[in-house]
Amino acid sequence: MLSALPLGRLAYTGIISSLKGDMWPLLSDPALWQAVGNTLSTSFFGMLISLSIGGGFALALTLCNIRGKSLLSFLFMLPMMIPPQVTALSWIGMTGPSSTLLKAIGLAPPLGSAQPLYSIFGISLLLGVQHAPLVYLSLRSGLLALPQDGIEAAKLSGASSWRVLKDIILPLSMPGLIAGAAIAFVSGVGNFGISAILGIPASIFTLPTLIYSRFSSFGGSTFGDIAMLSGMIAIISVLGLAIQERAMKGRDYRIIGLSGKAATFQLGGWRLVVEALLWLSILIILVAPLTALVASSLAPAYGVPLTLKTATIHAYEEILFRQAVTRTAFINSLFLATVTSLCLLLVTVLTAYFLVRGKSRFMFLLSALVDIPYALPGVVISVSYVLLFAAPIPLVGITLYGTLWIILLAYFSSFFAVSLKPMVSAFTQFDPVLEEAARLSGAGFWRRMKDIILPLVGPAAGASVILVFLIACNELTVSALLWSAGTQTLGVVIYNLDDSGSFDLASALSVLVVAMVIVLMLLLELLGRKLPKGVVPWRN
Amino acid sequence: MAKLILNRLSKSFGGGKPAVNDVSMTIREGGFLALLGPSGCGKTTVLRMIAGFEQPSDGAILLGERVLADAGSMVPPERRNMAMVFQSYALWPHMTVAENTGYPLKVRGITGERYRRKVMDALATVRLDAYAERRPSELSGGQRQRVALARCLVTEPDVVLLDEPLANLDRHLRQEMEETFREFHATSGATMVYVTHDQAEAMALATDVAVMSEGRLLQMAPPAELYARPEGRLVGSLVGQGAIVSLKIPEAAPRALDWEMLKTAMRAEEGISPLSDILVRPQDVLQDAEGIACRVSSILYEGERYALRLTLPDGQALRAYSREPAALGAIYPIAIRSAWRL
Repeated sequence: MLSALPLGRLAYTGIISSLKGDMWPLLSDPALWQAVGNTLSTSFFGMLISLSIGGGFALALTLCNIRGKSLLSFLFMLPMMIPPQVTALSWIGMTGPSSTLLKAIGLAPPLGSAQPLYSIFGISLLLGVQHAPLVYLSLRSGLLALPQDGIEAAKLSGASSWRVLKDIILPLSMPGLIAGAAIAFVSGVGNFGISAILGIPASIFTLPTLIYSRFSSFGGSTFGDIAMLSGMIAIISVLGLAIQERAMKGRDYRIIGLSGKAATFQLGGWRLVVEALLWLSILIILVAPLTALVASSLAPAYGVPLTLKTATIHAYEEILFRQAVTRTAFINSLFLATVTSLCLLLVTVLTAYFLVRGKSRFMFLLSALVDIPYALPGVVISVSYVLLFAAPIPLVGITLYGTLWIILLAYFSSFFAVSLKPMVSAFTQFDPVLEEAARLSGAGFWRRMKDIILPLVGPAAGASVILVFLIACNELTVSALLWSAGTQTLGVVIYNLDDSGSFDLASALSVLVVAMVIVLMLLLELLGRKLPKGVVPWRN
Repeated sequence: MAKLILNRLSKSFGGGKPAVNDVSMTIREGGFLALLGPSGCGKTTVLRMIAGFEQPSDGAILLGERVLADAGSMVPPERRNMAMVFQSYALWPHMTVAENTGYPLKVRGITGERYRRKVMDALATVRLDAYAERRPSELSGGQRQRVALARCLVTEPDVVLLDEPLANLDRHLRQEMEETFREFHATSGATMVYVTHDQAEAMALATDVAVMSEGRLLQMAPPAELYARPEGRLVGSLVGQGAIVSLKIPEAAPRALDWEMLKTAMRAEEGISPLSDILVRPQDVLQDAEGIACRVSSILYEGERYALRLTLPDGQALRAYSREPAALGAIYPIAIRSAWRL
């Protein structure tokens, strides 16, 4: 219901308005094709960057005898969980003429020189960094399944380490690489936070930001336009996924034999070099931007050099105690994230149970419907909700638009898949005989749920709640289109603060958000020790 | 308690051959039936239908007068008062040994002193009372199996189902557990259905053995009868040791054949009788200077004796036991004490 109805409405409005002929002014608008071009190029180059960073990390951390793997892996996963608009802010704080960090160490470029990140290149770079963990995860799961004995057999056949990499490992990891590339591309197409913060100041519009700006300057044809624009995003995403399908064909290398121990390469003298490279990348993509973010949040005013004397926590006081809007945003985001994660859990425990246990054909249809919002960018979801609920609901006459509830509904359909995946993997590893034994003991369905199933999938359920909470709390794409006065979320407030020039306040709020992300991820990490495989994405 | 009746039971999982095809049998009250057959013969499906995890496509399952399942309706497993020992034990990892054992009581609303006493009695029966507060993960394979058995004991079920319960245990433990099962059957008086692919296990434990192949019931009989009078080539090859040879035997001859008839049949150059399958057990093949000259094609020392593989003059194989070693390729004349026409 939550996914089919809004998307149907989106398609309906899109088709109606193209039939009315509204399509031609839009299609002949050069801004549209400019945006399509920008979207395609930033997503494509972003995908290439994700592939090289994520692929390198996956190979090094999975296959080589590197020290401190779990710490490196955890740090590398952080950018994925940090909201994109925060990533963008921190990188802005790191580069450019008014960077507080660069000023503090005396390396800032002269005033008046351009911020290098306000460009296609900047957007691509940040998209690449943001989505590199997706490639990493997808490639890593494939690499972990490589059996040690297959590699040993190749070595006994006389192949050197490089030959083994070229002839055995790369071909076998192609499916993971292709899947990772597709996810990175689709995520890039739908990314709003980065392209909004970096693109809008330089008038570089991508499709999601074009929708946003059309929506801000509301007009008669707005609904038709945004329906068509988000249709375009959907088409590009689907094309990307279709290319992936195509590339996957004939690459069904199911690993034969036991994949007990993961393969390991002894790097010897190269180990130090590789380790240094990995830590350097972590420094550049994570530590430096976050330091810059903290520095900007402590600066007394934008552009003023930061020293121990000028440092001030004024910005934190401002957002925590003075600004009513940040408090509202905190409450809204926490409320939305809590309700979304808990309600979704109730639904997904049952859905996952019936998906895994059920045998009827109806289940295939259901799992496909559930996966649609996962593949479609959040912009498309929110636009469909705008279209569905802009007018009062027929019969009851309640207007959802402009309330928190519309955001909540959109969250339900956006994060359903995020919540479902850990539960499905928990249930697939749940031996059905445990439940059958309970049935023969005389326990009915709800009794089994309570005594047997819930205690055993409990840790996975906890992980699912934290994951959804984490993502929902930091979300911007959906709420950017659905918010109105009083229903701002954290993502929206950070974006608006930056948009109105309060860079220090935006940074301070971002620092708090990042701190929250890290705490929640550490919680997951601790929980992860008790979890079945595949529940916490970055653990194995 | 009452007898368990399977009436023309069939199950197909859509497309292809049915997994269980027209199986009828009656298991008497307090009986111990072993379902024997190679893997994929449908024996586990029969067990799961008795338990209520699968619904029959055709036919019915009755416990006394009560219809448990047919193609239209089905009593769910939780209301059948049955218990099952699973191949993988199916112990709940988040409960202690005592909680695992007592769960069926808890579901039935039994609490307090009565609950505690029943659990401890059941654990004492399987000699695990000292382990009541352990978790399943702290137990060995044999101990886990005994917890699963205690869970069956605790509620006095009408029928106890056992799905290859010894498949994951080593040989020494198997013998110990076989003893435990026998005791359990004798003391509880429950009707038991035991699935196995190991004929020695089936013969040693059961009061009746049902042999299945490709979804069909081939023969059901007490172990001694099954051994002495198997029906058909498949049962003959599955139960006990032996060799099956083709001989021309008059159709009027009895099924139990003596040496006179066998000698005639084996020496006849041309016969008008059709070929029959004859099961010859190795202990019935004796060395006899007057007998038929075979050649020794392999010899295997088994400790208490030698197992010989012999080749008859027409090229068919026989098996025999010998106290003395024989040279490979040597002539070994034999007589056959008795044989069974399949």
